[in-house]
Amino acid sequence: MLGARSPPSPSAAAPVVVARGLDAGYPPENVVWRDAEFTIERGEFVAVIGPNGAGKTTAFRLLLGLLPPLRGSLRVFDAPPERGSPKIGYVPQRHAIDFETHVRCFELVRLGHSGHRWGFPRSGRVEREAAWSALDAVGARSLADRPLSALSGGELQRIFLAEALVGTPELLLLDEPLSNLDLRRSRELVGVIHGVVRSHRITALLVAHDINPLIPYLDKVIYVANGKVASGAPGEVLTSERLSRLYGLPVEVLRDSRGHLVIVGGEEHTEGELGGGEDHHEGEASGGYGHSAGVP
Amino acid sequence: MNFSPDLIGDVLLMLRYQFMVNAFEAGTLIAIIAGIVGYLVILRRSSFAAHALAHTGFAGAAGAVLVGTSPVFGLLLFTSFSGSAMAVLGKRATHRDMEIGTVLAFALGLGLLFINLYRGGVATATYSILFGEILGISADAVLGTFVAFLALLVVLALVYRPLLFSALDEDVAEAKGMPILGLNVIFMLLVAVAVSMAVQVVGVLLIFSLLVTPAAIAVRLSNRPRYAIGISVGVALAATWLGLFIAWYEPYPVSFFITSLVFGLYVLVRLGQWVLTRSVSRRADPSVLNSVPAS
Repeated sequence: MLGARSPPSPSAAAPVVVARGLDAGYPPENVVWRDAEFTIERGEFVAVIGPNGAGKTTAFRLLLGLLPPLRGSLRVFDAPPERGSPKIGYVPQRHAIDFETHVRCFELVRLGHSGHRWGFPRSGRVEREAAWSALDAVGARSLADRPLSALSGGELQRIFLAEALVGTPELLLLDEPLSNLDLRRSRELVGVIHGVVRSHRITALLVAHDINPLIPYLDKVIYVANGKVASGAPGEVLTSERLSRLYGLPVEVLRDSRGHLVIVGGEEHTEGELGGGEDHHEGEASGGYGHSAGVP
Repeated sequence: MNFSPDLIGDVLLMLRYQFMVNAFEAGTLIAIIAGIVGYLVILRRSSFAAHALAHTGFAGAAGAVLVGTSPVFGLLLFTSFSGSAMAVLGKRATHRDMEIGTVLAFALGLGLLFINLYRGGVATATYSILFGEILGISADAVLGTFVAFLALLVVLALVYRPLLFSALDEDVAEAKGMPILGLNVIFMLLVAVAVSMAVQVVGVLLIFSLLVTPAAIAVRLSNRPRYAIGISVGVALAATWLGLFIAWYEPYPVSFFITSLVFGLYVLVRLGQWVLTRSVSRRADPSVLNSVPAS
């Protein structure tokens, strides 16, 4: 399933996501951010950054068609967002699978392929093959028979990624795939994600608190803060001045000895103080992260 | 009846009695449904909800006895209603405990009132609702059970994959366009009917022995849903049949035997797994104990 792809459709050159004058929030009162303008081109690898509760997950909910725009226009694949679109693969933010879930990983990946279908499951050979190749694509074939409850954070993220990939999406939305991972596992996972996304020409949006592991791969950065959304090339957004303003505390962007960007953030950050609204539904503000913009 | 070495002869003799045939037929249908639905209950972590449904069923059954109809109608009515209410009230599975507790306490109180108002054989009616009375099941009730059995199988086949998907990964299922609220209602209705059926065998208070324990055994033995459902059904069936069989010889309630059999098996499985993991870790290199655990 991940192998042969159909030739690009006529709209292949059109941007994958276009937002114009977009307001998002939960009616009637709670506007999370206003007047967003951004465009995501096909094949771009995009980081979505911003403080907790600023509305990053809200942006995903809009793209997924789970939340209608308050105002303005949002087009995904040149059409209004549509819930259940097979072109979008989604990995929601979550902290863990219940440790009592005695179901093997393979089943979750398989359900990513056909879990939304009604009716009695027939032979299922196609879906099994699809599940295997999605597991191969993220290097998780050996995890297939392990119960979900027995996986580490990084392994779980690979399985979630396979679950999203098994439906052959053209756009991947990953909500904090790197949370709870140490530096090495973050880098490994970003490598896996980037490899899959590039080889299958998938456009990817990642919400991340620590963007250091992403920096080598980024095409674009979208930042959400203070009730606003803006985007830019990593070089223009990832500056000491912009990031300090974004998070409301001193952040420095440095270059290491090999010329790579490194972001060094302050330690203290009160949740939600910068956000334009509270993300009640996502639990984004409930994690107690106290994250900085970078590796301390 | 005394135990004899001629088991087949005994079984044939048992089946000459209509009440035993009824009990075996109804017990078989109910065990199959309870085994399947029980697995979904465990996977969706709704055992507390199933428990509460049985308790609201108690109020329904007591009410039905009070107005002079079959307790099964009261059971179905109350469990379906409270099941849907639970599904609608608590959107996220993890937030349901308080709503369920609230409904549960009220229902038990209501049942108590109905029993107090009833002027007939209070003790018998209450007893059979609370602890089951499969040996008293009528041919009509077997037919009704069969109809419910078929209906549940059809619905289960239709919603099996979405139910599994939303149990494991509700957020992604929602993004894929699954009606999460609708699935919750369907699921609770399935549990409601399964509970109403199972109450006939083991009663309101012992409902877990058919609806939860077999599935709890199954998830320890297989992490493939289809195999686990097979095991769960097998355990429920074996316990029901054996329970009826033993009750033929012994003057104690069938529900007691069924409950004890599934409990015994559960303990055995847990013990077996404990011994197994211990022997595996003993065989492992002792130096592992001194090294830093892998992340």
